[in-house]
Amino acid sequence: MREVRCDVLVVGAGPAGLAAAAAAAEGGQSVIVLDENPHLGGQIWRPQAAEANQPSRSVSPRAAAAPPSAHAHRRAHAWHQRAQKRGVIFETGMTLFDAPRTDHLLAVDAAGQASAFSAQQVILATGAAERFLPFPGWTLPGVMGVGGLQAMVKGGMAVRGKRILLAGTGPLLLAVAAFLLDHGAHVVGIAEQASRAAVRRFGTSLWRHPNKLVQAARLFTRLRAVPLLHDAWPTQAEGFGRVEQVRVAAGDRCQEFDVDLLACAFGLVPRTELARLMGCATQSHIDGEIVAVDRWQRTTVATVWCAGEPTGIGGVDLAVAEGLVAGYAASGAFKRAGRAARRRDRARAFAERLDRAYALRPALRALPTDATVVCRCEDVTWQAIRAQPTIRQAKLQTRCGMGPCQGRICGPALAFLTRATPAAPGTATQTTTRPTAATTSSHAAGPSTGWTGDRVRPPLVPVAVNVLIGAGQAPLANHQPSPAPSRHQEISL
Amino acid sequence: MENRLQLTIDGRTVWVAPGTTVAAAWVDLHAPAIRRSVAGQPRGPLCGMGICYECRATVDGHPHTRTCQTPCRDGMTITTDR
Repeated sequence: MREVRCDVLVVGAGPAGLAAAAAAAEGGQSVIVLDENPHLGGQIWRPQAAEANQPSRSVSPRAAAAPPSAHAHRRAHAWHQRAQKRGVIFETGMTLFDAPRTDHLLAVDAAGQASAFSAQQVILATGAAERFLPFPGWTLPGVMGVGGLQAMVKGGMAVRGKRILLAGTGPLLLAVAAFLLDHGAHVVGIAEQASRAAVRRFGTSLWRHPNKLVQAARLFTRLRAVPLLHDAWPTQAEGFGRVEQVRVAAGDRCQEFDVDLLACAFGLVPRTELARLMGCATQSHIDGEIVAVDRWQRTTVATVWCAGEPTGIGGVDLAVAEGLVAGYAASGAFKRAGRAARRRDRARAFAERLDRAYALRPALRALPTDATVVCRCEDVTWQAIRAQPTIRQAKLQTRCGMGPCQGRICGPALAFLTRATPAAPGTATQTTTRPTAATTSSHAAGPSTGWTGDRVRPPLVPVAVNVLIGAGQAPLANHQPSPAPSRHQEISL
Repeated sequence: MENRLQLTIDGRTVWVAPGTTVAAAWVDLHAPAIRRSVAGQPRGPLCGMGICYECRATVDGHPHTRTCQTPCRDGMTITTDR
């Protein structure tokens, strides 16, 4: 197995990871950045397939994989250039699957070759994923994530002339709707679960952020011909082998749409599994479990730092600022980290307003019926899952969350579905009137945060047995969730 | 075809632009269904970013490859269990 050493290892090459890598390298550290995607820039700076036709603009002589900036988004390319000037090495297509020690991480590439990375400091910039809520028909082909569909289109999927409904919550719906129009799609509607009043309150608060206001105005102009429903969510998708019709509850009315594709996502979920595997503490937040960090983005493990969405969903500006703080602080450049921290705090205020405006309403907990598959990997229904008292019991008894995705899709959904908050009066959906988990007696004594944070175990993703053997260990048997302090663990502030 | 990549998807030959992912090439060729779930239900890509594993297929003999994370290469062979 290939073994690589560096001062600072950055996991994730999105906005936070790129900024962290550049900052740490400017602080004099040798830096390696890993990303599981074939491109740099994460999900938000994902390149368009057509851009791949551009000739390679810069090739790192030290890069082990294909030159990552050849297929880069403009802003990702700029950060890549800045980091590369300081000798940062990028390895794309590298999926982390274990961290036997907090200074020793194992990854596998697309060809199934494993590598071990040893670093004195690790910066986690693992990003976010979309939150999917189960409703009847959500497993039909053609029902995708909002960001998921955008990623597919950027990956070359044609949507010209396709009838597409977007549903879920947040400004991402509007941004992706405009993106789809630009690619020739027929956007038949947008169903936003938040109330018109909440969205309007958020809109009027944008005067504090003039650039966001300009963006919003542009979006609404572009989308003026698209029906925009508030208090609205999909209650059923139907079709033969693929989605063909979607029923949407909008206030007290019900609307049907004929579609080729349904894109839906109910906000973003921080990706914390690697941080939790490494023993970093998390805390409850409106976005779900987030990685706890101090003002320098340092986690509860002294040599591990975290930046971007895993510390709370906040968007690209916040992610870049947090990345700079983490990168400078990890290299001991606390003066520069302090300047970046002020920029971070301004960006966080915007994120908090966004969270409040687009908070998920309790009525969405009634979306799945008994027969609705909640765990897609193992085809486990809501009826089977909600009979269990805890996520652990659900895993043991039903295999829920035990498939290839390791609960990354159903976990955030269940955390929401089982959260014990009283349902708002008069907001029942049209799917069913059966009790939700929140009112089922077995859950009455459960934590108000819902089912979150079952222990994370390696491997984080499915890897071939020969890779595990080649990694020189048996992670399932010997893994230590709380590693002994390493000699690098104490650094002075 | 110049500047196009040639793939074989379930025995059919298709050409795609460089930078296209295997999942996108597949969905353009057929309906969005790529595979069957453990209970036999049709499934297609969901997350588009490599976490849901709904788009997996056999690519050049590697089973369970996440096709949304796999850029097309000239001469690639993709087999799905649709």
